[in-house]
Amino acid sequence: MDLQHTFAPATLRSLMEGLLVTLEVAASAIVLSFVFGIILGILRYTKLPVLSQLAVLYIEVMRNLPLLLIIFFGYFGLRDMGIELPVTMAAITGLTVFTSALIAEIVRSGLNSVEKGQIEAARAQGFTYSQTLWYIILPQGLKRMIPPLVSQFITLVKDTSLAVVISLEEIMHNAQIVYNKYVNATIPLLILVAFIYFTINYSLSRVSRYLEKRLAG
Amino acid sequence: MFDVAVLADYKQEFIDGFFVTLSASVLALGLSLAIGTFIAVLRLSGVRPLEILGTAYVEFFRNTPIVIQVFLFAIGLPTLGIRFSEFTSGVLGLSIYTGAFIAEALRAGIQSVPKGQMEAARSSGMSYVQAMRYVILPQAFKLVIPPLGNQFVNLVKNSSVLAIIAGGDLLYTADRVSSDTFEVALVYGFVALLYLVITLPLSLGVNWLERRLSKNH
Repeated sequence: MDLQHTFAPATLRSLMEGLLVTLEVAASAIVLSFVFGIILGILRYTKLPVLSQLAVLYIEVMRNLPLLLIIFFGYFGLRDMGIELPVTMAAITGLTVFTSALIAEIVRSGLNSVEKGQIEAARAQGFTYSQTLWYIILPQGLKRMIPPLVSQFITLVKDTSLAVVISLEEIMHNAQIVYNKYVNATIPLLILVAFIYFTINYSLSRVSRYLEKRLAG
Repeated sequence: MFDVAVLADYKQEFIDGFFVTLSASVLALGLSLAIGTFIAVLRLSGVRPLEILGTAYVEFFRNTPIVIQVFLFAIGLPTLGIRFSEFTSGVLGLSIYTGAFIAEALRAGIQSVPKGQMEAARSSGMSYVQAMRYVILPQAFKLVIPPLGNQFVNLVKNSSVLAIIAGGDLLYTADRVSSDTFEVALVYGFVALLYLVITLPLSLGVNWLERRLSKNH
């Protein structure tokens, strides 16, 4: 066990730089997939002809493919077809394409969980369908979506590590550079990186539990 | 632009990769069911230290990336002189990760059976084990099947991490064939279809089961 190189200032600095890339990519993908996921989920919920079937097709295909394959395709596959994305863009795109399908499902079941009586009441008051969706169904549904959404975001933070295959300079990648040089630092470095991920994601899940309690009250 | 004949040339490689993906998923499912059941029993044992141990397992592995868990077996342990094949490392990493999610699904399922059921069974003279075996578990089973099915779909997708450690799975095959032939987009597209052949029927089956089981409630 090579603890000396694991905790060397240069190593820790490089891990922190990697962590910033991880967080930056994760945050961008979270925002983008939240936006696309809500659009897709609403399309699927409203059962608009053609559009909602296209949404179903997209959701079912993407959520049944390995993310790693999507990342490979977004970088090497597109490059083969003449579209060259920088690594960061390819990673964000892959994560967004995959996660928005999963978020769409969360959105749909959140919207479905709003009681039918609420919709009828709103319509009886003279709300149009889109007003009902916007003022009645969405706010109530969103509350119930918080816990599954947060666990999806946690998954996304973990998933950024898969972009190591296209050499995104995130935390795993930077750890690799160190332990490729100092082989005996491999285990301590992997454990250290695991704890860094754990700290971020565990805090996220705590925040979600707190939010859930507050909103329920 | 696409030379489809390439796919026929590498038929055997694709078949091999398909079976490696399938067998890694099935083996890891068996192992993670065993791990998950054991951890769920710890968490429900009523013995404080065991509960904490079970919770720590679940929280730690759910909140750290699968890449790290696979790397620990594939490149971490060899630095201590413990060496597994790439395939075994992959299966072990997958099982440890998925075990945490299965433990969570089992615990949630068992705990959602109303407390009165256990009390009624105990007061009619059943032992704790009998009450579990004949009253609680059969009811919990119904609630647990859909989330377990989802975990299996995830497992099939996650087995693609074998590709990162040269595990010979479907995605690894795609990587090799595409760098042999330069037909990157075509090969990844084809392999995506092969993944869907496994995951799509599975997740449609889970959706169907979920709807059926919720109707009976």
